[in-house]
Amino acid sequence: MPEQLVFAMEVILNGLMAGVLYALVALGFVLIYKASGIFNYAQGVMALFAAMTLVGIMNGQVPFAHLINAIFGTHIHYFGWNVPALLAIILTMGVMVLLAWCVQRFVMRHLVGQEPIILFMATIGLAYFLEGVADLMWGSEIKTLDVGLPQGINLWIDETTFNIFDYGFFIDNLDIVATIIAALLVAALVAFSQYTKQGRAMRAVADDHQAALSVGISLNFIWVMVWSVAGFVALVAGIMWGTKSGVQFSLSLIALKALPVLMLGGFTSIPGAIVGGLIIGVGEKLFEFAIGPLVGGATENWFAYVLALIFLVFRPQGLFGEKIIERV
Amino acid sequence: MLDNSEGYVTEDGRKIGGVVMEMKNITLRFGGVVAIKDISFDIREGEIRAIIGPNGAGKSSMLNVISGFYVPQEGEVWFHGSKRPQMRPFEVAQQGIARTFQNIALFEGMSVLDNVMTGRLGYMKTNIFQQAWWKGKAEAEETENREAVEKIIDFLEIQHIRKTPVSRLPYGLKKRVELARALAAEPKLLLLDEPMAGMNVEEKEDMSRFILDVNDEFGTTIALIEHDMGVVMDLSDRVVVMDYGKKIGDGTPDEVRNNQEVIDAYLGVSHD
Repeated sequence: MPEQLVFAMEVILNGLMAGVLYALVALGFVLIYKASGIFNYAQGVMALFAAMTLVGIMNGQVPFAHLINAIFGTHIHYFGWNVPALLAIILTMGVMVLLAWCVQRFVMRHLVGQEPIILFMATIGLAYFLEGVADLMWGSEIKTLDVGLPQGINLWIDETTFNIFDYGFFIDNLDIVATIIAALLVAALVAFSQYTKQGRAMRAVADDHQAALSVGISLNFIWVMVWSVAGFVALVAGIMWGTKSGVQFSLSLIALKALPVLMLGGFTSIPGAIVGGLIIGVGEKLFEFAIGPLVGGATENWFAYVLALIFLVFRPQGLFGEKIIERV
Repeated sequence: MLDNSEGYVTEDGRKIGGVVMEMKNITLRFGGVVAIKDISFDIREGEIRAIIGPNGAGKSSMLNVISGFYVPQEGEVWFHGSKRPQMRPFEVAQQGIARTFQNIALFEGMSVLDNVMTGRLGYMKTNIFQQAWWKGKAEAEETENREAVEKIIDFLEIQHIRKTPVSRLPYGLKKRVELARALAAEPKLLLLDEPMAGMNVEEKEDMSRFILDVNDEFGTTIALIEHDMGVVMDLSDRVVVMDYGKKIGDGTPDEVRNNQEVIDAYLGVSHD
């Protein structure tokens, strides 16, 4: 087999796995957009917030330590215990549900029936607010996150591919785990929305508010639930990205990478988010591999956005989105 | 007027029970516009009660007050013998009051079956963990509710479109699916907002038959709005007539038909 082709295969594999991580972030957007028509700009910050909270709880950090010390002149920073990863994840999920409730109670509830652009602006405000709260709660320094996920090169794949192609593929264990978890998450979300009572109610709310009320569904409850589920997805994305590249502010910028994914897949489709993520992941890695050297590299920074722009011209609803028909 | 609180028996032999819902001196304003002015009436168990009136009379507003979508500035709503506190629409629905809308409000993206199933949400009590496990309670519950829904689908003769997405259905069938969803909740009181609006004669006859059958078969109490006098008179046991937000008549179809004020409202009368 020609050497170039083997390289390309490795690039595609790595691209697929990067794509899964993009899809993970895009999923959070789709969930909220489907159920309430809100484009949640804060999704990326929610992932950052979740990751910071998780690290903080695991390390036994005192929340708002700086604030407390400044007011009372104390010097407390740590409780002096470490919380096991699994328990910390469950506690963090509790915090995300609380956050969902607060968002609904103090922000979204007062904006019911407003224009989409106003709701969007509200989520921008939410993003900055949440970022500030996260810093205030847990401090703004870069932290490492280790919940015990395997990391480093997968030796089995390395050896097997070496035996076949005379060239060992470099695949990170973390990427493999992320792929499996993302697949499980998607399966769970689809099962949830198709087969459970709450899922049925969620789809009903997404479809028609008035009709949902008339069959006895509480919109508030459903919206808190949807924001909680989006918080859960943010937590999963936060764990994956945080483990990969540290818990720091730039984590919230992965949300920007989710935008082209959504334009490709369509804002209203869960499978769309997955396929869109995979296309962007593979596309940018392959483009960098094939065209990158010719134009001086660093194509990964802009490839996704250009691809999204092209899609906007020819298929504005995305691959799987609902076709937009305006009746006059 | 009938004021026997124990109920009465209709000409065709159906037993009408006591008062289920009572509206007392309802007044509803939108800013300076008075949509409903000091209206009182009651609805008895098992009867078909119509609210009629010309366009803009406040009929739909009245239905929205009953179903909790509008909150009246004055007056009381009594349901099953007790005064109803201010409730949000979904709480009213959970109390057993189902409704349809004048401009059909269905879940367009879902199949007919799924739409009707949403009517049963109030009957599903298992929690999310039981549903995730699926076997046992959750499965039994789903089967049970599914059976109830299939019965209603059969009854309204929409078996052939069970799996069709609602958005693909013609108008008349959509109306029927909406009725099916409301019925699925086994309501104590069923509110129909212009169930025959925009239908041709044949569809109207079908819908009339279904309404009568539902009332007969399940004993459902029905309150409906219509501005087509002819249909209503054949269908209902008692009629409230509204005009410009006021009640101008209340009684059996025959009584209402001979009421001079009602005739004036419908035919128009010069006020010179």
